[in-house]
Amino acid sequence: MYILVHLLISFIASGAFGILFNAPKRTLLQCGLSGMLGWLVYILLEPRMESVFSTVAATFLVGVLSQLFARVYKKPVIIFSVAGIIPLVPGGLAYDAMRRFVENEYNLAVELAAKAFLLSGSIAIGLVLSEVLGQLLIRRIPRQTRKRTAKP
Amino acid sequence: MNDMAAVQGQEPVQVCLLAGKIMLQSGAETYRVEDTMTRMADALGLSGSHSYVTPTGIVFQSGETESAKLIRIVERTTDLQKVSAVNDISRKLHSGDITAAEAHALLREIESEKHAYPMPLQMAAAALSSGCFTLMFRGQAEDFLPGLLCGGVGFAAYLLFHRLVKVKFFAEFTAALIIGLLATGFVQISLGRDLDKIIIGSVMPLVPGLLITNAVRDLMAGHLVSGLSRGAEAFLTAFAIGAGIAVVFTLI
Repeated sequence: MYILVHLLISFIASGAFGILFNAPKRTLLQCGLSGMLGWLVYILLEPRMESVFSTVAATFLVGVLSQLFARVYKKPVIIFSVAGIIPLVPGGLAYDAMRRFVENEYNLAVELAAKAFLLSGSIAIGLVLSEVLGQLLIRRIPRQTRKRTAKP
Repeated sequence: MNDMAAVQGQEPVQVCLLAGKIMLQSGAETYRVEDTMTRMADALGLSGSHSYVTPTGIVFQSGETESAKLIRIVERTTDLQKVSAVNDISRKLHSGDITAAEAHALLREIESEKHAYPMPLQMAAAALSSGCFTLMFRGQAEDFLPGLLCGGVGFAAYLLFHRLVKVKFFAEFTAALIIGLLATGFVQISLGRDLDKIIIGSVMPLVPGLLITNAVRDLMAGHLVSGLSRGAEAFLTAFAIGAGIAVVFTLI
């Protein structure tokens, strides 16, 4: 039940973010889907493992999905990946850090800020990993869908 | 008609520049802009072209002996629809489906287009996502409604202030301030329970997620100047939001 609710709300949230970023109408569903699956991986892994690792795993999945969607629908990868990673952005941690700064608890604040920074870094790592994987695979499997004409 | 008057040799250059300009203004990654411009230049028969793209300007040289052209980018928004449309044109140009003149006309059309979604729909989307984020960050079910309202009003305030004053920092700061005050008010009249969760959910539409991703992707692609300047932009946005919320906490 808990997971079902989270699946639904993360789908809606990511899809709505697609609208905020003016993503094409036909891609909104896929935006929501990549956000939903990324968040599912995150909430399944997070109680058992380090949050950095779960973020990397979740963004990796989002990246792979975005690459797939981008190939299938012939759209730039960024459309799908941006909406997908939005639930994983450490907004809560950054907020907590800011709050501690205001309350003059600098030690705790710096700790939280460092954590938020690490999590943003792991989002980047997940995305880059998936991109590298995508490039490796594309080199193996020649693209058939795209006409290659005037390429040297 | 500027279109007709364009010298035959100038048009391909203009097509490339216009495509780059639209993409950069719509929030594409810098390396993708350079890539697209080079591909289009190749397809249009400009071999040996170079483009140097930063978030605030594009320098494009069509050939070894040609003079370089410069375009300044002032406004940057997020409009993935336009990125995808330019991408389509580049693809068609590459496969030879359309000519340079047709591409130019299409690009001009895209440039003058408005955002894909009207403003009320964007506000509704912001409100909805805020409500959902409040729940996702382990808020209680009763925090959904205040999160929804705060997020919608906050995003509306951001759009309004951004239109009034062209300083993005100020718009974000004010929006965060309004969100904080509103959330505190809701908790006071016991419409929501967890103030933190409501505020986190509501500021999510303002969070620079796209900027951070683009910054890192640009850095990884070797575009150090663009990556750092986008990172600075993202940091400034995050700082504006944080400062707005911080003011609320010092007040109460």
